[in-house]
Amino acid sequence: MERLDQRLGFLSAIPLAVILGLSFLAPLVVVALFSIMPQKVFSLFNTPDFSAYSVFFSQGYYRSLLWSLGMAFASTLILFVICWPLAFGMAKVFRRFTLVITIFVVMSLFVSENIRLFGWVLTLMKGGLIEGHFRYYTGIGFDSPLYNTGIIVFGLIYVYLPFMLFPLAQGIAMVPDDARQAAADLGASRWQILTQIELPLAAPGIMVGSLLSFVLAAGALAESKLLGGQAVIVIADDIETAFTFGQNWPLGASLAMILILIIGSLAIFGVSRIDLDAIMGRKR
Amino acid sequence: MSPSRSTRFVLYFYGVLVIFFLYLPLVSVGFASVSKARYLTFPIRRYSTQWYADAFVSETVRDLLTTSLKVAVVVTIISVISAFFGALAFARYNWRFRRTFQKIILLPIFFPQTVLGLALLMWFNSIGIIPTWKTAVVAHLVWIAPIATLIVAIRAYSFDPALEEAARDMGASTATIFKEITLPLLMPGLVSAGLFAFLLSWGNFPLSLFTTGADSTLPEWLYAKMVSGYSPLVPTLGVMSVVGSFLLIVIAISLMWLFRSIRESRAS
Repeated sequence: MERLDQRLGFLSAIPLAVILGLSFLAPLVVVALFSIMPQKVFSLFNTPDFSAYSVFFSQGYYRSLLWSLGMAFASTLILFVICWPLAFGMAKVFRRFTLVITIFVVMSLFVSENIRLFGWVLTLMKGGLIEGHFRYYTGIGFDSPLYNTGIIVFGLIYVYLPFMLFPLAQGIAMVPDDARQAAADLGASRWQILTQIELPLAAPGIMVGSLLSFVLAAGALAESKLLGGQAVIVIADDIETAFTFGQNWPLGASLAMILILIIGSLAIFGVSRIDLDAIMGRKR
Repeated sequence: MSPSRSTRFVLYFYGVLVIFFLYLPLVSVGFASVSKARYLTFPIRRYSTQWYADAFVSETVRDLLTTSLKVAVVVTIISVISAFFGALAFARYNWRFRRTFQKIILLPIFFPQTVLGLALLMWFNSIGIIPTWKTAVVAHLVWIAPIATLIVAIRAYSFDPALEEAARDMGASTATIFKEITLPLLMPGLVSAGLFAFLLSWGNFPLSLFTTGADSTLPEWLYAKMVSGYSPLVPTLGVMSVVGSFLLIVIAISLMWLFRSIRESRAS
């Protein structure tokens, strides 16, 4: 049985391993190689000179990176605060309603994110759903909140809400009711239960949710383009420009590489700490 | 220590509020799609279904839908097959690299898709492949195949290996076991994985952006029009794409329900 399991496990891992080898590993290797090529070349048969990396500092690209990371951090923090009560409700309070929320949130994921962001443009623009109706009924108009940094963070919060909500709900579901009950019986306040029982015990879910939303938001592009009207240039935007208008692939690759290194180390750190068997409910 | 009645009420209300917040932009898109005016302002004064009529006869729209559909169908087939085997390696068999395998599957989900799309473009370019809808299939798989695997794995976790062992003890071959036991048991997971794969591919934009070459999927075209030069067809096609996905979900759920009730009535 043991040997059979070894063999079958190995064999059934092959199709997925091939797919990820071709679509994930190989592209990352190519980016890494391109990033050390001299600037403006389009093939890998050149002598590497690492010059693209020096441009990162000399031409101020680090500013876009800082903006991206900063906005990702802000949106993750706000998402945590917004999602906690709902995740708590889903894990401990609602019964059937949890399923309703899950279905609605998952269905929203199937709608292309640019359609949803475009919907926010129509909702928030001057003469849009909110301002248009407000002015029609009261005669008072106001400026649209679009096209600044705040609205980009808003867009990130909107798009990545499910990626915080579900891991958080899963994390809170892992907090045993007995532990909360015992703390309450011993006279702990609601705040003490939250900080000393719930937060530490739900830590795996909190970590997965925060990592996912931070990492995805750090590489996001559509939010700043559609809602932000490029009030801020994010790093993904710089990478795209280097590839398209700039026709400077090594520059784009080196910018991508810096982002990948930051995100990749966070992702590997997070993934290495997740016990998937425990989260997904392995019986044996 | 169950929460008080008022806390429960507040939490329920909050849940409804979050759902409302998630769907509010789609309401605006819906209204915009039936506005007669070429340049949209709210409140809408005159309604018309003219843009829908335009969309139905447009050649461009037909091409976009065909490309999106081709990509989504191929992605779904490959994802479901690899997820079936992948989930077994992920959850069922105790093999040496199972834990490592699990973590590798998870890694692409933690990567921003726009960056992955650009990386894929460079990779295709460096091996001399010109991007078309076929390269977009490879691009979608990097994100969708792992998600499909996770969905099937949830099902594979709850499955009793004793069933397979019993069949083996009675002399069934590995192929027979797959066909008669493993496949039927994982079927519900495979159906949901297929549904997820199709819908996620249908709506995906960041991975298609750089990898479709001259072909264009529906989300890509919408994005291009949103960024440069508005077209009144944008909300219309947006609504059509959303309604299409939701219809598919409803059809799939009712089919599953139908099959289950047929099977139950046969069993009794």
